[in-house]
Amino acid sequence: MKRLRNVAALEKLRATLEKEPKPGIEVRVCCGTGCRAAGADEVRQAFVDEIERKGLDATVTTSGCQGLCERGPLVAVESKGLFHLGVDPSDVGPIVDLTLDRGQPIDRLLHHTSEGETVPWRDDLPFYQKQERVILRNCGRIEPTDILDAIRVGAYAGLAKVLDGMSPEDVIEEVKASGLRGRGGAGFPTGRKWEGCRAQPSGPKYVICNGDEGDPGAFMDRSVLEGDPHSVIEGMIIAAYAIGDVADGFIYVRAEYPLAVANLTTALAQAEELGLLGKNILGSGLNFRISIKKGAGAFVCGESTALMYSIEGRRGMPRQTPPRSVEAGLWAQPTVLNNVKSLALVPVILSQGADGFSKIGTEGSKGTQVFALTGKVRNTGLVEVPMGITINELVYEIGGGTLDDIPCKAVQIGGPSGGCIPRSLFDTPIDFDSLQEVGAMMGSGGLVVMDETDCMVSIARYFLAFTQQESCGKCTPCRVGTYRMLEIMDRIVEGKGEPEDLDRLQELGEWIRETALCALGKSAPNPILTTIRHFRDEYEAHVVEKRCPAGVCYSPGRYRIVEEECMLCGLCQDVCEDDAVRESREHYAIDAELCIGCGKCYAVCPAEAIVIETEALEEAETEVPV
Amino acid sequence: MIDLSLDEVRARVAPILARHEGKDGVLISLLQDVQEEFGFLEASAMQAVADDLMLPVSHLYGVASFYSQFYFEPRGKHIVKVCTGTACHIRGAPAIQARLEEQLGIKPGETTGDLKFTLETVNCVGCCALAPVVSINDRVLNRREQRKLKSWIETERSDAPEAEEVAT
Repeated sequence: MKRLRNVAALEKLRATLEKEPKPGIEVRVCCGTGCRAAGADEVRQAFVDEIERKGLDATVTTSGCQGLCERGPLVAVESKGLFHLGVDPSDVGPIVDLTLDRGQPIDRLLHHTSEGETVPWRDDLPFYQKQERVILRNCGRIEPTDILDAIRVGAYAGLAKVLDGMSPEDVIEEVKASGLRGRGGAGFPTGRKWEGCRAQPSGPKYVICNGDEGDPGAFMDRSVLEGDPHSVIEGMIIAAYAIGDVADGFIYVRAEYPLAVANLTTALAQAEELGLLGKNILGSGLNFRISIKKGAGAFVCGESTALMYSIEGRRGMPRQTPPRSVEAGLWAQPTVLNNVKSLALVPVILSQGADGFSKIGTEGSKGTQVFALTGKVRNTGLVEVPMGITINELVYEIGGGTLDDIPCKAVQIGGPSGGCIPRSLFDTPIDFDSLQEVGAMMGSGGLVVMDETDCMVSIARYFLAFTQQESCGKCTPCRVGTYRMLEIMDRIVEGKGEPEDLDRLQELGEWIRETALCALGKSAPNPILTTIRHFRDEYEAHVVEKRCPAGVCYSPGRYRIVEEECMLCGLCQDVCEDDAVRESREHYAIDAELCIGCGKCYAVCPAEAIVIETEALEEAETEVPV
Repeated sequence: MIDLSLDEVRARVAPILARHEGKDGVLISLLQDVQEEFGFLEASAMQAVADDLMLPVSHLYGVASFYSQFYFEPRGKHIVKVCTGTACHIRGAPAIQARLEEQLGIKPGETTGDLKFTLETVNCVGCCALAPVVSINDRVLNRREQRKLKSWIETERSDAPEAEEVAT
């Protein structure tokens, strides 16, 4: 590839690429992480072999995540727009024979509605209908390892416009006018952040892309980095230009994302080769390099100050602010740190103008947000929706409802620091401020659907256990406070809680929220506080009646031997490791005090005489004859 | 443990040090490379790095022990990871973890005595559609392979050659 000397050369290259003849038929195999795990690599190879064997005029390309992970591996026959789902290598022969050669789709691999209608075209799928793909505009549509494919569909057009006559101040004004708020969770206006950093007199300054996506159940940033690395790189170059005096940029990527690191490395090398990175970018005089920093496994490094320490090669512990990172960040120099999705939006705002962007979304939250829709939902996958869409629309229309049609109970939004929203509030629009009102937060975009068989107390305990484990230990409220809260939660799920525990949790939670050093600590009590707020009855069932309504938690006293059925074999007593089965003359009974609810006796009983009480029974707790 | 002389260790560390020489903030990348070379942060390799950087070795341990992906002991031939991300959690990861603990006889973070298996948990591998997810040596198992996991462990443990099918 030849180095591009100026903006005109870039646009000329794009024009040439657009005019290039397209191959006869293009088969695009989704090679996002979900499809890959479901066998996309074998499918791709099978297509290559089969097409070569038949000598057809068709090419096989790969793409990043196309979103509908649940039905992967996905195969789009692009020129015809046909969308085959759940393709197995053994399906490749028929697809090549019928679809590619004769233009007939394979009916059983297409999407069918519940009314039995066939939906052959991707854009007609209900899953895609309410979506608006801006951040993910190129994900699933380009070959991520080919910069020319990206340029053909418009990559670096935003940069071209910036370098072709916009001043850094113009760029900042445009980003401010778009109303873009950071997609990492806190929602700080991106334009104001840049402006603050530009105003700092001392250089050099740094630009950092935060790709340390550590939330369990989230893969949005990963999909962008894997499927469309150039939009992030372009966003960083524009940021560097706007801020001024920036020589170096860093992309901090989680170590568990090897494919993202590989695709980014390729993308950076190609951008440098074309003169889009390095010295004198497109002849503008701008010098900017980007390096990749791999994380080493610490959730707290997603916090901006901790991330900067980690880049410096130190323990990733947050520090108190102020000074803010824009004043003293990496190596104590002014630094702008933006989330992957925020940076991927920047080129769109610049190339299409702030007006176009700010038309999408709500008054306070402009644009779109990407969610990893997971849990007990039919269409697990990656979705992008305009801000302001309701949870109902997201779960039922895009997500297709719950698995096995078990009624939905709640969604957990915003990762381990977010909150649970009950079904009754599913009309809440998804935007920064509305979510905060119901006690949740946008977070970086994890959305987990839970149904009636899930215990909210147990889920809240799960999230707290996660943040407690990831606490860096620097400040006392987080280190000791979350530990104490977890002790109480453990007690509750083991059926040893007291009614007063709820007040203790709330008081402790409020204290941690007020006094912890960083956002991880401050938000750690959120899952507990929101579940107590919205699902108090479930907590009360645990601490007062000592039962778990969903039947998830260990509930001592829930197991009972029905005397009339019992054949006195004694197997239950043999298997019980807690000596909870007491024997008297012609009688076996379970001691509620000792029973941990492991279920071993229940499984072993040949007479099926052991029952699990779903309702708390007074007599089961009191009647322990010895 | 590996039996290497200090000179051998230094010879293997030297090119890694050379790669990072003169750059700022490279300690973590450097340790990542050392771990890739030895499979874990071998004590004498740590000493060699510390000597070169003119830092106390305790400083290196201080940084490395903060991050969960640095290991100070050799790991097994097969790294079995159970995803405990939220989607996997509510689709049954705890039960899978308990079963693997029983089958392998180790807890997460531990390695079997014969150095064949290491059991670990991971927060999310990003293929929630397949939840609950288990991966072996960073390759996510599909549902069919997951069902065969138990027999795979047994054959692998007894060193039978046909065991490679799921693992690689």
